[in-house]
Amino acid sequence: MARKVFHAMYDDDDKLKEAAQLIVDKGIRVKEVFSPFPIHGIDPIIGVKRTRLAICAFMYALTGTSLALLGMWYFMISDWPMNIGGKPNQSLINNITSFLPVTFEFSVLCGAHGMSITYLLRNGTVPGMIADNPHPRSTNDRFIMEVTTDENSSMSVADISQILSSTNPEELSEKEY
Amino acid sequence: MQKEAAIREPLILGDKSYSQITEDVMAPIVGSPTMWWKVLITISGIVAAWGIGNILYLLGVGIGTWGLNKTVGWAWDITNFVWWVGIGHAGTLISAVLLLFRQKWRMAINRSAEAMTIFAVMMAALFPGIHMGRIWQAYWVFPLPNQFGSLWVNFNSPLLWDVFAISTYFSVSLVFWYIGLIPDFATIRDKVTGGWRKKLYTALSFGWSGRAKHWTRFEEVSLVLAGIATPLVFSVHSIVSMDFATAIIPGWHTTIFPPYFVSGAVFSGFAMVLTLLLIMRKVMGLEAYIHTKHVEYMNIVIIVTGSIVGVAYITELFISWYSGVEYESYAFINRATGPYWWSYAIMMTCNVVSPQLFWFKKLRTSLMFTFIMSLIINLGMWYERYVIIVTSLHRDYLPSSWSEFHSTFVDLGIFVGTLGIFMTLFLLFARFFPVLALNELKTILKSSGENFKKADH
Repeated sequence: MARKVFHAMYDDDDKLKEAAQLIVDKGIRVKEVFSPFPIHGIDPIIGVKRTRLAICAFMYALTGTSLALLGMWYFMISDWPMNIGGKPNQSLINNITSFLPVTFEFSVLCGAHGMSITYLLRNGTVPGMIADNPHPRSTNDRFIMEVTTDENSSMSVADISQILSSTNPEELSEKEY
Repeated sequence: MQKEAAIREPLILGDKSYSQITEDVMAPIVGSPTMWWKVLITISGIVAAWGIGNILYLLGVGIGTWGLNKTVGWAWDITNFVWWVGIGHAGTLISAVLLLFRQKWRMAINRSAEAMTIFAVMMAALFPGIHMGRIWQAYWVFPLPNQFGSLWVNFNSPLLWDVFAISTYFSVSLVFWYIGLIPDFATIRDKVTGGWRKKLYTALSFGWSGRAKHWTRFEEVSLVLAGIATPLVFSVHSIVSMDFATAIIPGWHTTIFPPYFVSGAVFSGFAMVLTLLLIMRKVMGLEAYIHTKHVEYMNIVIIVTGSIVGVAYITELFISWYSGVEYESYAFINRATGPYWWSYAIMMTCNVVSPQLFWFKKLRTSLMFTFIMSLIINLGMWYERYVIIVTSLHRDYLPSSWSEFHSTFVDLGIFVGTLGIFMTLFLLFARFFPVLALNELKTILKSSGENFKKADH
């Protein structure tokens, strides 16, 4: 059987959401949705799992906290302890209050940048990448649902096509790939 | 779908559709520049060039060209630094704090406010840099291994905390801003036809395609970045205030400084946002997106933060007397009645009295009045820093070393120059970047668009 990809285009986010619900109920798996802005509530319908980026951010931030404390312990306590204004640098715990601002800033720095870099890499949106949205209007005012025969091998092409057209898309295209 | 009360004023005026929003935001990018834009960029370009000339002169000759003397060792330089950092804070407040509070009106202004933050922090960072005298050794502020020992920077010093605070703040703001810009660049990429623009926006959009999973991640990243940018913005200005508060100079050695500086920063930042946006909405034809309601909300923030600043001034004054420390009391009496009484008067009038006028609805919804007020507040907040810095220093412990500060043309040239550089960068941003977060705006069109609200009821 020829591998086919269907693109159903809608002019409204709510219409796409209804259509997605309808076809998912009929047993079709939606491969992807392209939209100009986040459609709230589409994720559970098409089976997109919650992202774990926030957990990553927390771990990056903890790394920052440890690095900052380790660094300041080395610079100020271990390698070259200084007596500044009668306040000697004896131990990390005695000096911790004046190390807190930098610890906080460095944790934020590592958390924010670590998460942002992970986000860009996981998305594959890095400098030099070419976009692959099926229609240029999907970043403007159209909402596109992508269904492939690969993911729905139990259904015939005609069945998929018929179910998709029953959701009244503005445009339905069918391509081999 | 979210619903909004019918009596709530719509945030997007007129009969707008999704594509209309794209068209409106893209108009300045694809069209040729307007006369106003050309006039403004010419003026700010000339001022910027004058400023750069002054900076080069300063670097060549030394900071003796400033009006500093052995008593007043900090004056316009640090005043300008604190003023610019303060201005930056409004951008983060709008994009991060208001995001956490789910304020939809931020969507029309967050992009340009963030741009303002980034350019303002760049201007701020310039001042400590050139104050070092030998800017080519500016990397000495970082703990880099060196041949002096290694001799490390002092992590007990608030000046070093500032290095970390400002660099973290700048880079996190930049990333936050750019991550929001990527989908909007993609919209422009798909809309323009050929030429250098297509190439430019293809490169800038990093191959964004708008997949559902990407949008989920996008929202998570925005939320988490907002969550960590919020304490960051509070910490940055607290640390800036500790540059003074941890010193033992009467007038600086005050525990109220961190919260007072943070609210002052937001206060001055909102004034600058209003100055820029009131011009921009007219010049770029964005009246349907940034209108009286947005201005009114911002004016309400100005009343709140302005009142906090007012209370802080009065608390400071009261405590200086209540402390019973004669040096502390004298610092404040001297501020109000000494040779710099006029700067204290400007500060009090502009920052404490004038924002209270916004209690009148007629005044806070008047765009012209708001514009004039925003300039007054900008001026007042500059003077606040001037008062704190110069009046606390100029009469020190020995009357024989009492002195006054007289600014030179280099002081003035560099300050005015940074205004020029800032405006040039902002105008370039307004011409080539989407000035509204257009894809975010589309998400509120159905709940807060005028046409949808009318059709609903």
